Amino acid sequence: MSVLPGGDILLDFRVDNLWVLQIGGVEIWITRTIFNTWIIMLVLIVLALFLRFKLRRFEEIPRGLQNAMEAVVEIFDGFLRNSGGEKLMPLGKWFFAVFAFIFVSNISGVVGLRPPTADWATTFALALATFILIQVMGIKYRKTGYVKSFFEPLFIFFPLNLIGELARPVSLSFRLFGNILAGTILMALVYQLAPIIFQFGIPAVLHAYFDLFMGALQTYIFCVLSIMFIKGATE
Amino acid sequence: MHDPLAFVIAVAHISAAIALLNGILTTIGQGKVAVQAIESMARQPEAADSIRSAMFIGLAMGETSGIYGLLIAIIMLFANPLVNIYIQHMG
Repeated sequence: MSVLPGGDILLDFRVDNLWVLQIGGVEIWITRTIFNTWIIMLVLIVLALFLRFKLRRFEEIPRGLQNAMEAVVEIFDGFLRNSGGEKLMPLGKWFFAVFAFIFVSNISGVVGLRPPTADWATTFALALATFILIQVMGIKYRKTGYVKSFFEPLFIFFPLNLIGELARPVSLSFRLFGNILAGTILMALVYQLAPIIFQFGIPAVLHAYFDLFMGALQTYIFCVLSIMFIKGATE
Repeated sequence: MHDPLAFVIAVAHISAAIALLNGILTTIGQGKVAVQAIESMARQPEAADSIRSAMFIGLAMGETSGIYGLLIAIIMLFANPLVNIYIQHMG
């Protein structure tokens, strides 16, 4: 179970457990988050394979679907170049994958899935990847200068700098998690506690705001903040 | 105080409400960010794109405290450690 354990209450927005696997005496819980993540991975993989086979004959002068796909990639590359600079361009594939996964996860509430990003485990895994990228890129581009930056301006500031560094993945993951969980809880309130007359039309507006608008905005925020942290480490 | 468990749960609910009060200050801060961004955009429309992206980052940073308050409220309501401590204490 994630942050929210089970109990007998009226509202049901928790991560419930679907199956328990026994592998070598270790219990592995397949929660709804993991199951929904599989669904989203399947959707993304099928989409990617479909586009790959559709674009098998690569044309010099793009048109139709290839034109649209090239526009998407160019927009994302431009966004990465503007906010991150040339040093971060090799990370473009990773960030595009993260962007696609978080965006599809966030808007999956529209079709009735519980968004995987409304579980702290998912968002913390993504933020931890960002944290590792910060350290790797910092050491790769600045070598000892990056390590030295932890001891600035004085040696005794090391604990403060360390806490500030460790707080980054926490705040990054809690921001995404809290926003999506707030949307999930509000939708659960409307669906399970509101009188039946409020359930016509109003959930559509709430889905448009909490799932589509906030989902897209939080995806953008997560990617921009990750890029900015990594950029700050490389300079 | 006839039922101490009810008292613990009531205090948990009140503390959740107090934790959510930080939404007031968070909203004021976000409003200031948006006002300044719009003023800058009106003064320099050609820099609107970079101002907009900086505004979103500022809004996200300001939102952090509100999100922390929300998490504290959720933990107080649905995953409260104090109730378990009380139940263990009473046996």
